[in-house]
Amino acid sequence: MKRLMLVVSAVFIFSGCSSLEPWVKPYERENLSDPVMNIARDPIAAGYHYHVFETRESARGAGAVTGGGCGCN
Amino acid sequence: MKLNYSIFLFALFTLLFTSKAGYAAVLPEERVDLMIHSFDGGGVEVSGPALLIRTNVASNTSVFYNYYVDNISSASIDVELGGSAYDEERVEQSVGVDFLNGKTTMNLSYTDSVENDYKANTLSLGISQDFFGDLSTLSMGYSQGIDSVGSRTGNNPMTFSSELSNIKRQNYRIGFSQILTKNSTISLGWETITDEATEQGGSGVTLNNPYRSYSFGTAGVNRSFAQEIYPSTRTSNALSIRGSYFIDTFKSAIHYEYSRFQDSWGIKSNTFAVSYVYPGKNWILDFRYRYYDQGQADFYRDMFDFANQFTFMARDKELSAFTSTSVGVSASYEFAKNGWGWIDKGSLNLSYDVLNIEYDNFRDARESQSDGSLAGVESLYTLEADIIQAYISIWY
Repeated sequence: MKRLMLVVSAVFIFSGCSSLEPWVKPYERENLSDPVMNIARDPIAAGYHYHVFETRESARGAGAVTGGGCGCN
Repeated sequence: MKLNYSIFLFALFTLLFTSKAGYAAVLPEERVDLMIHSFDGGGVEVSGPALLIRTNVASNTSVFYNYYVDNISSASIDVELGGSAYDEERVEQSVGVDFLNGKTTMNLSYTDSVENDYKANTLSLGISQDFFGDLSTLSMGYSQGIDSVGSRTGNNPMTFSSELSNIKRQNYRIGFSQILTKNSTISLGWETITDEATEQGGSGVTLNNPYRSYSFGTAGVNRSFAQEIYPSTRTSNALSIRGSYFIDTFKSAIHYEYSRFQDSWGIKSNTFAVSYVYPGKNWILDFRYRYYDQGQADFYRDMFDFANQFTFMARDKELSAFTSTSVGVSASYEFAKNGWGWIDKGSLNLSYDVLNIEYDNFRDARESQSDGSLAGVESLYTLEADIIQAYISIWY
């Protein structure tokens, strides 16, 4: 079922590309490229925060960093 | 979760070889970051240096090296209940490469982490593809890690003891990012992680921490401890939604995030996070708030009725029900903004967070160690911590 949903989603997305025009032009992306819009502007700091929470909570994944040990015994 | 990942690979390479040159994706910035970090709370002090270097070795290839150290001095509640305070060191190193081909970015990285009682090696692969006029990005990745779990036999920070458990970990990731307007973006992420532990030499250790114990006894009478018993497998799924919005008036940005997590141990959690980034002439200020709540694992109890009551038994506070909140602020001072020698620009950064964790069903069992009548009715445990980062960043 999940596989079917993925395939249907992909068909929807890619077939949509042929009839739908990108609505934000390259020259309109100045604000989007501003450093303040980067949620992980400094990767070394973002990685550290992720590590601090990951070692004290059960949730994991769908974040910014993978790998490493714990250092939490 | 049985997904046929060959479908992903087929879609991926179809995208890869049918894409045309256009508004190409870009490689990460060339920069070096040098940081010192500190965590102080719950009887645990963790500090150390970190270094991250990223540079281009060709017009379409970027490489990075990361060096990170945790110097740990622990007299946590777990240590006080199960042994004596200790010092140890964890050293993590990563290398990786990003390769750009038109609108496609591929990356490969390897991470090695060493402690005197834990070794972890992780290999990660990833690929992302921009399309639809570069308004959309599809990414996916896979990681495989092998962890080796031991236990300390002395206080030598880097001597690994005999292996108690061997863990194979696999991560499957997929993400989709979309530019919504000229001021806003949104992204969705999904990650499935599986763990398979193999006990070594009849140690009784699988995915559990060999130093932790479960507790059993009679409330108001006594509390005893025994080695935890964990399942040997775990599968978790996490879904995240993140968004960013640029505020024209102040040239600032708001970031927000919601994540939902659940695993085969019965743990479910929610994370909400919001941050505001405000730039001055030479300064950038970050203000952030994060809320996290978690339900307990099916096999968690603060105090079981008797030893070996169930097949699996745990009393890790990380598997209990709790709420965690953190508030933080960062300040970045930018220098050499117009370049200086080989430097394009630089920044000095200071970050401070306060973390507060309130446990719903993990009691401070230290209170009943000298007075058995307090067993099972001790105060609920809370943890408060100060988190500091100071680092310098140089772009070149």
